[in-house]
Amino acid sequence: MAAGTLVAMTRIDKNSRATASGSPHAVSVRGLVKHYGETKALDGVDLDVREGTVLGVLGPNGAGKTTLVRCLSTLITPDSGSAVVAGYDVLRQPRQLRRVIGLTGQYASVDEKLSGRENLYLIGRLLDLSRAEARSRAEGLLERFSLTEAAKRPANTYSGGMRRRLDLAASMIGSPEVLYLDEPTTGLDPRTRNEVWAEVKRMVTDGVTVLLTTQYMEEAEQLASELTVIDRGKVIAGGRIDELKAKVGGRTLRIRPADPAELTATAAALDEAGLTGPGNALVDAETATVLVPILSDEQLTAVVGAVSARGIPLAAITTELPSLDEVFLSLTGHKASAPQDPAPALEEAAA
Amino acid sequence: MSAQSTTAAPPEEPVRTAGPGPDPSPAADRGDARIGLRAHLRHTGALVRRNLLWIRQDPESMMDAVLMPIIFTVLFVFVFGGAISGKGNQDAYVNYVVPGLMAMMGMNIAMGVGTGFNQDFQTGVMDRFRSLPIARSSVLVAKIVVEIGRMMVATAILLAVGFLLGLSISNVPGMFAAIALAMVFGSAIMWIFLTMGVVMKSAQAIQGMGFLVLMPLQFGSSIFAPTKDMPDWLQTFTDYNPLSSLADAARGLFNDAGPVAHDVWVTLIWSVVITAVMAPVAIHKFRTKT
Repeated sequence: MAAGTLVAMTRIDKNSRATASGSPHAVSVRGLVKHYGETKALDGVDLDVREGTVLGVLGPNGAGKTTLVRCLSTLITPDSGSAVVAGYDVLRQPRQLRRVIGLTGQYASVDEKLSGRENLYLIGRLLDLSRAEARSRAEGLLERFSLTEAAKRPANTYSGGMRRRLDLAASMIGSPEVLYLDEPTTGLDPRTRNEVWAEVKRMVTDGVTVLLTTQYMEEAEQLASELTVIDRGKVIAGGRIDELKAKVGGRTLRIRPADPAELTATAAALDEAGLTGPGNALVDAETATVLVPILSDEQLTAVVGAVSARGIPLAAITTELPSLDEVFLSLTGHKASAPQDPAPALEEAAA
Repeated sequence: MSAQSTTAAPPEEPVRTAGPGPDPSPAADRGDARIGLRAHLRHTGALVRRNLLWIRQDPESMMDAVLMPIIFTVLFVFVFGGAISGKGNQDAYVNYVVPGLMAMMGMNIAMGVGTGFNQDFQTGVMDRFRSLPIARSSVLVAKIVVEIGRMMVATAILLAVGFLLGLSISNVPGMFAAIALAMVFGSAIMWIFLTMGVVMKSAQAIQGMGFLVLMPLQFGSSIFAPTKDMPDWLQTFTDYNPLSSLADAARGLFNDAGPVAHDVWVTLIWSVVITAVMAPVAIHKFRTKT
């Protein structure tokens, strides 16, 4: 991760990387616009991804997430604006750029008829590795992504999780500096999703910069350090995850006393301990739980302490993240503009 | 066919201005903007290999190239042979129709390129290719190379069936020249279908459209029957139909029958013009497909 990036529209030599002393951004996007007829898929997007970090781009279906990734991976040309990725200008240096990016997502996929091994070998050859290099790189990645046993089978026989792992492996062949993950876990079951998250975290520890698009607050929280929320092609919020969470109310703690008769006592204990912020703890009689908004792990510990100090036996404590809908509601005052699937783990929260 | 064995050095190092330190990523050191001819060949070879692996994976995909020449030859020789050349006189029709069928099959296989290419787009693997630092034309060229291979298989089977049914060839170099001519014209037509494969929404649409265009071209030609008894307006059409030229050129070359130079030239000119117009269109559409 050496070359810094240049944000301004300085003239860039065809073969050189833009550098600016001290600029820590691996991805810099300014005023990116892409219209499809009347539809403004991107309507002036600005964002930065610091080197070696994960930026989550959160938004509902149709918010422009995929269009953004396709612009940044040179698959489509933006109507206006600029973007510099790993020091290369997206518009003027597409070929150099393609060498230093990896792409995994809903769209960029593998050849279903080829085996896992052949897929990786093919991409290695297309990235100008020698035959021997391409072969050993493929073996290494198969090993790393636990696909060695399935290496000979055609990709269309793989399970959903194996497919995503192969997708990830495929995008890692060129040792990219910047990796785009376009909704990497949409449509996966929770266990498989956790597998993919674990792989992404490993890549980040290797120093890859990641731009991750997602519909799930939980996924963003798991993987990203910073978040950009987009809606209808526009950035509507951005910043560190904890800042945004503070803005949207953070997590909700759901406490179920062993005896439903103690619901009110539990709520009162928390109110008295001053742990429920300006409002009161909310009693949800239907599920016999008390709801408390919390912003930090320390607060969670304090809540548990306050309840046990009263000697109230508890049956369950769960934390819930705000759903995309709730995030949108608190950031924009309106519901997410397009319908989306509820995040698998968050369905309960909506109840 | 496998990829080139040589590993070309990257043509140019990027002139990187003072970066803060050496970059650990090996890929980043190859920031060359241009793709050299050797790299182009290597990429095309790797993609050809991909398409050949498909055939190994799914041998049924060769069925059309294997069965089409058998079925068409048998059908046309026995159904039309008697009517056109007189009962019991099928041998004469074999010699007439086999060179024509060679031209016809090229069209049908070319149409298959378009549908196959279209299906490639549905899976998302094309986006992967398009996000790699390769000349995007190598994806299309690889497709054409493989289809020419399939055309050769189909042609070999066509000739074998033809010989069984009484085909006679007096000019073997001429036969090879005719085959080469059919390949050149077929690959030109493939650019049209590749463009359709990129532009049109579904493989079915391409197939439907393809038949609508190919049927009049194939039957409104000298492929199946001599054109001299057709109405004048149709003869005008068949005279300008490149499939007539190709079929007539092949007939002439197979058996030294009459002058072929005119038909060969007409076919070649059509091929060059179609390729010159459609190849850039196909590559452009492929490059800018959203």
